[in-house]
Amino acid sequence: MMSGGDPLLAGHVDLAVVLIVLLKVVGIFAFLLVATMLMIWFERKFVSDLQNRVGPNTAGPFGVLQTLADGIKFFFKEDLKPARAELRVFILAPFLTVVPAFLLFTIIPFGGDFSNGHDGSVEMFGRTTYLQLADPAIGILFALAMSSIAVYGVMLAGWSSGSKYPLLGSVRASAQMVSYEAALGLSICAVVLTTGTLSTHEMVVSQAGSGWGNFIPNWNLLAAGIVPFVVFMIASQAELNRPPFDVVEAEQELVGSYHTEYSSIRFALFFVAEFMNSVTMAAIIATLFLGGPAGPALFGPGWLWGMIWFLVKVIGLLFVFVWVRGTVPRVRYDQLMDLGWKVLIPLSLGWILVLATFHVAREQHWNGVITIVIGGAVFLIGYGLLKFAIATSKARRLEGVVD
Amino acid sequence: MGYLGGFLVSLRQIGRKQRVTTQYPKEKAPKPARVHGRHVLNRYEDGMEKCIGCELCAGVCPAKCIYVRGADNEPDAPVSPGERYGYIYEINYLRCIHCDLCVEACPTEAITESKMFEFSFTNRADAIYTKAELVVDDEGLPQKLPWEDWRPGEDTMTSAWMRATSPSGAANFEGIVGWSGELGYGVRAPEAAQDIKDAITSPQHDDHGHDDHGHDDHGHDDDSHDGGH
Repeated sequence: MMSGGDPLLAGHVDLAVVLIVLLKVVGIFAFLLVATMLMIWFERKFVSDLQNRVGPNTAGPFGVLQTLADGIKFFFKEDLKPARAELRVFILAPFLTVVPAFLLFTIIPFGGDFSNGHDGSVEMFGRTTYLQLADPAIGILFALAMSSIAVYGVMLAGWSSGSKYPLLGSVRASAQMVSYEAALGLSICAVVLTTGTLSTHEMVVSQAGSGWGNFIPNWNLLAAGIVPFVVFMIASQAELNRPPFDVVEAEQELVGSYHTEYSSIRFALFFVAEFMNSVTMAAIIATLFLGGPAGPALFGPGWLWGMIWFLVKVIGLLFVFVWVRGTVPRVRYDQLMDLGWKVLIPLSLGWILVLATFHVAREQHWNGVITIVIGGAVFLIGYGLLKFAIATSKARRLEGVVD
Repeated sequence: MGYLGGFLVSLRQIGRKQRVTTQYPKEKAPKPARVHGRHVLNRYEDGMEKCIGCELCAGVCPAKCIYVRGADNEPDAPVSPGERYGYIYEINYLRCIHCDLCVEACPTEAITESKMFEFSFTNRADAIYTKAELVVDDEGLPQKLPWEDWRPGEDTMTSAWMRATSPSGAANFEGIVGWSGELGYGVRAPEAAQDIKDAITSPQHDDHGHDDHGHDDHGHDDDSHDGGH
């Protein structure tokens, strides 16, 4: 399917169009900053609730302004540059992390009227547009590209610091992010296979409305199966370097990892990027699997309900993120790599095969039962073979045949 | 639930009133009776100073933070009951590590420690406590200097650590008074025996406490002797 793109940009581009785009840019910028600020507060407050602590409670009501106070403090801290740092790269690295974090949100549909068969476009100052900054044809691939670029920020920050622990941390970080990006990409593949499009807007449109019984939502969570969703959830936590996969920032082993040598606002950029990525990743998961802003309009204008559903889904996912963080202890580095390469990647690969088989079977009108049985059998055989391979290599390693 | 059971455990904590946090500057966690804080120089019940200027505390101090000079008592107006008294007594709290070796070394129980350790000075002169600041006041309570954070109850148990050690060197000293009276308090009562105290302080779940003591007392025959460490 050819992606239509935003109807705003389809015709003649005049001043009004530019102004609308600028309005969206400013709106997204402000939303991201405020959301990041609130996310940091929410995470600290909720984790402390899970751990029977109090959390920030001094700045503002319920300590909600704590992040603001921290930010102001960061601005006035001394900006240290290590003597052995590679200065140009050292200064560039935080921006390489924070800019992709901002850009990542441009492809997210954060609102729009998807109720009652609408296609998500809204009227804004007499123009028809989507409530998303950009709807490029490559769509979700842009998200993968941006998160790959963010790895550069991490890697260069660790390398340019001229210090041991940041270097070790950045090596870990890049290895972890690169290997979990594979699982991430494969579960996105399953979604793309199901919806037949890369455009995030088209994905949301395909998930709008109701499925079975006019009640169950038409989400990719059900259409693509639960497996890609679970794999994506786990892999996204690793991609975000969040606990339980925060071996990158394992304070006990690596001090602060790649941002050990950073101070002042340069450190704050890394910090902000990390939490901004959490918000954005929740938005991506909502878009990919939970229908994004799509949802029924109960009363009032439909475009408002798009934003409400989007916020509800994102906040719900962030709740789960923090819940996981407050529950699961940090995994060891080898456990992390084992989980990524021996469980998540084979699982999502196998799931894509099964999913593709079902799609072909539907198009070719094959016998459904036989397809399911054979598909399941192949899946299980693959699982058994993988188990056997891993067990064999482990046994040989234990015997000392190979290192 | 297997692997996922932990998620329920953490979820059940939401909204619980139970909190482990102490809102520190507003409230303080209770301090152990023998906590090592800022020193005081004690006086006898008649108001005489206990310090005899022997400099044993200064000699034993591993941080070399105590400076003492003794002087002969004026026969007409003696400062201490004996022949000599502490003429100069200074403790530098930028160096003190609160190890309490001075308290153990003192032959007259003149120097003991209060439970107050929260003091922040803004210059070196404040950090060096002179004798005038260390000696207890006429009620036998430590002087409360402006940069110190005293809370009710922290000034009462100023000689707990001294009374928890064996004055004669004997292992079995519990219930035996081996110290002189103090201004404002008289002769302080001995601490309760260890097993009685355990029963008082932690009546239900004192398994951990007993475990700890078990490690401490490795090699001892009788548990009731362990206060003497």
